[in-house]
Amino acid sequence: MGKTSSLSPGNLAAGAVASFAPLGARRLLLLGGVGLILAGMIFGDIFAVFVLHQNAARVGANLAAGVHAALVGDSTAVLTSFQNVGGFLENRGTKVDTHVHMIDFGYLALMLAILQPWIALSEISKKRVAWVFLFGSGLLPVCVFLIHYVGLAYSPLQAIGWASILADLGGLLVLLAMLAYLLGLLRRATAKEERGAQDALLTDRGSEGRWMLAGGVLLALFGFLHGAYYASVDLYRHEAMDSSILSEMAAGAAASDTADVERSFREYGQLQGDKAVQIAAHAHLIEFGLLAIMLAFFQPYVALREAWKRRWAGVLLLGSALLPVCVLLELRYGLVAGGLADLGGLLVIISLIAMCIGILRYTGELDAPSGAAR
Amino acid sequence: MSGARRLLILGGIALALVGMSYGLWYAVFNEHQELEGLGKSLTAGFSAAAERNAPAAAAALKQYKEQKYAYDRHVDVHSHWIGLAMLLIVLGIAFDRLAFSDGMKYLLAIGLFLGAFTFPLGVLLQTYNHGAVPRAVAIAGSALVIASLGGITLGFARGRESS
Repeated sequence: MGKTSSLSPGNLAAGAVASFAPLGARRLLLLGGVGLILAGMIFGDIFAVFVLHQNAARVGANLAAGVHAALVGDSTAVLTSFQNVGGFLENRGTKVDTHVHMIDFGYLALMLAILQPWIALSEISKKRVAWVFLFGSGLLPVCVFLIHYVGLAYSPLQAIGWASILADLGGLLVLLAMLAYLLGLLRRATAKEERGAQDALLTDRGSEGRWMLAGGVLLALFGFLHGAYYASVDLYRHEAMDSSILSEMAAGAAASDTADVERSFREYGQLQGDKAVQIAAHAHLIEFGLLAIMLAFFQPYVALREAWKRRWAGVLLLGSALLPVCVLLELRYGLVAGGLADLGGLLVIISLIAMCIGILRYTGELDAPSGAAR
Repeated sequence: MSGARRLLILGGIALALVGMSYGLWYAVFNEHQELEGLGKSLTAGFSAAAERNAPAAAAALKQYKEQKYAYDRHVDVHSHWIGLAMLLIVLGIAFDRLAFSDGMKYLLAIGLFLGAFTFPLGVLLQTYNHGAVPRAVAIAGSALVIASLGGITLGFARGRESS
């Protein structure tokens, strides 16, 4: 495949090979982390296309039914409609939580993979902690996804079901693993004899890594600026509008004023849409920024030609900027902007798959001479 | 490991642990109750409207407003502490590439760490006190994060020019 990474097995130091040993902590966390991010993103895309809009339509329809029931004085129908709204919102909430936690745990795994040389624990301990972390990181989102379906079946508690209990256990395992790695870091930081953590990943300054680092920091900065703007200009206004529109809706229903109720209902839908796109743009800018920064460090492990590494870095940054910008434009340009936002997400996923393939090629090249692959 | 790098990496992991512990505590002891309360007050508001009882509807929706205010902030605190912690750690790893003096790097690291801790703390305090102080803490924290991040971006840009 021509010229590949500067950290190819041919010119790797023995220490660098050891730091990326088969089933070693760094390799487990890197591959597990990329896998979690990919699974979370693909799940998010499937959820957005097949569940999110349909679910939002059902929430809207039931909310409308509840408000109209209040308008005609049918309090039993109000109760039923709002119970349905609660069910649909729980369904939506658990799917969003699954998507977010899977990706965030993937980010944490990538960070812990980078930090491995600074963690003063034995190799076997690092590996065990990595397994605990990955097990918890998989358990929490899977169980959060199941909360809506399992409910309170066979639960020993009145309000919390088995899926929630196991999800909390997953969170606890991640917490314990993080604590163990923090202790390892503290041991190194407080060691009398400072041993320099030699790591080729931190010294590599390839152009694709530099692009991703600079692009990632810029994306995160824009995300913070957008968040600060939203918090100072829109957040409190949106919160006040949320409650005042609902109050107007209820007051209109109590006074049997159909026109007032219909107007309030339309305003409420617009407000929810506006809030959703602002928050989604803010969160995605920062998360994609973080992803680009972290992947910048792993570029030496991507065994692809330099030109292709640069192309995939460009595709990742393009998709990372396209998605949040188009999400912001969704209210004004509708489906066109929505489609472009989905395309941005797809570009990120494709570049991530390409980098993952490059890392797998690298592990193959690394393991083949030592026979570890067999 | 330089002082700035140590502060960002150890501080970042400590902050992630704080955010996760808070999230775990919140999920186990608070979230279900808050969500149930939100649903109940919204239903009560529109049930009262159906019974043509406007004062009861207004009271229930006022309760909904307060519960929603607290719920949104509790979730924001959890996600912002962990998100900022991750940013601290990754920037800490790359911190030696900044083209600034050690003193300036340490200053930026302190600003970023303090901002990352106080911004969500200010948001959390808003659930106990709706006054100006918690809001000022949150604004000061976010301003520290943005200013430090701007400085760090500049440092990376200068690093590339000089390399």
